[in-house]
Amino acid sequence: MDLARTEVAEAKAPPATPARGAGRGGAARLGLMALPVAFFAVFFAYPVTAIVARGLHVDGVWRFGRIAEVLGQSDIRHVLWFTTWQALASTALTLLIALPGAYVFARFDFPGKQVLRAVVTVPFVLPTVVVGTAFLALIGRGGLFDELWGVRLDTTVWAILLAHVFFNYAVVVRTVGGLWSQLDPRQEEAARMLGASRWTAWRTVTLPALGPAVAAAALMVFLFTFTSFGVVQILGGPAYSTLEVEIYRQTAQLLDLPTAAVLTLVQFAAVGLILAIHAWTTRRRESALKLVDASAVARRPRGAGQWSLLGLVVATVALLILLPLGVLIQRSFDGPDGYGLAYYRELTSAEGGAFLVPPIEAVWNSLQYALAATAIAVVVGGLAATALTRRAGRLVRGFDALLMLPLGVSAVTVGFGFLITLDEPPLDLRATWILVPLAQALVGVPFVVRTMLPVLRAVDGRLREAAAVLGASPLRAWREVDLPMVRRALLIAAGFAFAVSLGEFGATVFIARPDNPTLPVAVARLLGRAGDLNYGQAMALSTILMVVCAVSLLLLERIRTERTSGEF
Amino acid sequence: MTALLRLREATVRFGARAVLDAVDLEVTEHEIVCVLGPSGSGKSTLLRAVAGLQALDAGRVELGGRDQRGVPAHKRGVGLMFQDHQLFPQRDVAGNVAFGLRMHGASRGEQADRVAELLELVGLPKAQRRAVASLSGGEQQRVALARALAPRPRLLMLDEPLGQLDRSLRERLVVELRELFDELGTTVLAVTHDQGEAFALADRVVVMRDGRIAQSGTPLEVWQRPVDEFVARFLGFDNIVGATVTGDRADTVWGKIPVPAGAPAGRCEVLVRPAGVRLVAADEGLPCAVTARTFRGTHVAVHLQPEEGPRLEAACALRRAPEVGERVGITFDAEDVVVLGP
Repeated sequence: MDLARTEVAEAKAPPATPARGAGRGGAARLGLMALPVAFFAVFFAYPVTAIVARGLHVDGVWRFGRIAEVLGQSDIRHVLWFTTWQALASTALTLLIALPGAYVFARFDFPGKQVLRAVVTVPFVLPTVVVGTAFLALIGRGGLFDELWGVRLDTTVWAILLAHVFFNYAVVVRTVGGLWSQLDPRQEEAARMLGASRWTAWRTVTLPALGPAVAAAALMVFLFTFTSFGVVQILGGPAYSTLEVEIYRQTAQLLDLPTAAVLTLVQFAAVGLILAIHAWTTRRRESALKLVDASAVARRPRGAGQWSLLGLVVATVALLILLPLGVLIQRSFDGPDGYGLAYYRELTSAEGGAFLVPPIEAVWNSLQYALAATAIAVVVGGLAATALTRRAGRLVRGFDALLMLPLGVSAVTVGFGFLITLDEPPLDLRATWILVPLAQALVGVPFVVRTMLPVLRAVDGRLREAAAVLGASPLRAWREVDLPMVRRALLIAAGFAFAVSLGEFGATVFIARPDNPTLPVAVARLLGRAGDLNYGQAMALSTILMVVCAVSLLLLERIRTERTSGEF
Repeated sequence: MTALLRLREATVRFGARAVLDAVDLEVTEHEIVCVLGPSGSGKSTLLRAVAGLQALDAGRVELGGRDQRGVPAHKRGVGLMFQDHQLFPQRDVAGNVAFGLRMHGASRGEQADRVAELLELVGLPKAQRRAVASLSGGEQQRVALARALAPRPRLLMLDEPLGQLDRSLRERLVVELRELFDELGTTVLAVTHDQGEAFALADRVVVMRDGRIAQSGTPLEVWQRPVDEFVARFLGFDNIVGATVTGDRADTVWGKIPVPAGAPAGRCEVLVRPAGVRLVAADEGLPCAVTARTFRGTHVAVHLQPEEGPRLEAACALRRAPEVGERVGITFDAEDVVVLGP
């Protein structure tokens, strides 16, 4: 049996592409990559570069001195410092709170596990605006805690940190727990048979195996919190501002493009660094680990210790995730004349004056935009993932990292860049509806690639060979072997792209036209106006947005299997 | 008899290493050829080269007299049963078996008939709708065989066909396979690292070493007359000693050993099969100490340490096996002595 395994491993050792076929394979790969590359060049690199250029290229001269100038300002340094430390603190706090959750999900089997898993994942696809609103309803002015105990946290950094934990709990549970559940417990048993105590076995066998996954999750959380926009915008108040919020403020309110350009570059550099480290840890994570079927490992908790750990995790989820969302829903029904649908009814009238159209129209706008964005993201991301599947050199790996950049590069910059670059022929898109979906798709593509890539890579090349020997041409083999296996992943990728597009805020806030707002833009606009009616409408719209996202996620959970629960 | 498959100096290199090194091989129609070799000897690469899954760096593969250069795998009309079966996990048994038929444009009716016929043949009647994940190892092997046979390939290749199965199942299936191939008249090229499997299955055995063919012959020939030390040791023979042959005697550290008539004179290696090591009284023959005894079912393998030279193994009847620590003498039987090539 073991000998046979060794043989299998050896049989795989020869390079997948024989030397002679490399030319043709390379050409095919370039063909597949052409569309994604063009997409990113036109809709990402070009607008971002244009914005940076507009800030630093004045009167025909590059003013790189501006960089030092801007970074020398004390308020900018303050922003940089706050951005970094709040991201570090959020990451540490998320790991602290979520790692027990990862363990519980990986190793325990308990009634309601599927439901709990879904609940935990919902926040990840929730728009930042909804998260901000929910926490405002919980710990903000007139929020639940304020009413009960007079406690307000919305002027403290704790509101931001808690919202970040809320948001990223799932990242840790999914990434770390996903791997943890597939680690073979017999490895630990082997260590124990060699004389290691339970703790030593965990420390010397399991922890090193988990290390890279923890590092990767931490880096993702750091990335998301470092570039946080919507949450800080809503909960930060004037006192706290991250880089992204500052870029928005400099661009949209102070019209100080040079400063915004410098900050964009700084954020770009930081994100590049984080992604490079992430790529490195991911590669290490792929190193030889003995993985088993997750379902074979989980078992019922035993003893008081394990049950209380489970209880602790359930309580955390209830307090951290369910409570804010519950309060959000409750507030949306808590109208001026008692509980009812008053705020929801108000959404259908244009009287409020915040918009040219009834806010409820934002729902249809959002759905249409998100569907278009999903289609774009699936095509672009699917092609990119297929091109990246084949084992390849440095160039392709670089492309892989490039695809992650939109996750971290200032969405505000992208949005503003769209406005100033895509306004002249041949790309005069400013007046067309496609502008918003294009910006949203940029954020969706990384999710599509991340979801598709592991599944595509997991398709055993020899299944394709088996099909070939049975008479299937390469294209037919792809259709018969790969496609059925990735159909599920494709659906999941589409779902993620949909949810992310639906919640996209940073770029959309710039380019959505006043008469065609999306849900998050409408929520932010309502929150920005005084009065209970606007506040209540924001709660109601957020609730609608949450329900749409949660429903699409729950549909995904039904088609998601343990095996595909890897990256996000 | 025409050669269905002919390899001419077929060479495959991975980097600087030649995994297949100028291999010449012929398989005639209805013949069952088994390539035998340790892992890393290039036998899987040989199959992949014939299937068109691995391009040759030099030499050629001919099928039915036609050079296969540039012919892609799906147009070669050969079947390959993979080492770990590679059944399509998302299809049921019928979907797997019918796959090749569909690729060749068979109608639904034809497919259904052929699938039923093949499942009957491999002993899994009415298994059409079963999920492949629910099959045991032996059943998966049968389905993989049915799938490979379905499009009626002119040459069926098997890569470690029974490698992952447990011993008793392996022994039963190898007999079934042999019967099946005889009945169908299939031309078969199989590779395995298990000599028992190769000997039970093959008309002709080809032993490979480091990408080259070390020996080719009927199972009996290879078993009785391994050409060199490598083949002998690979077949499990360890009583090998350096010798100088003169006439019908070979001089070794074990003393004089009788050799078959006609052995070329000079330096060589000599193999004595365990059955040819006779135990006699301690004061006769070569004096040895018994170091170990291994029960082998039909006989006992007695390990012997002579005063000089490498250890020996003797096959001994159960009742007459000496105890560990006993001192015995040994003599050699010319019939079980093989003079190995350099």
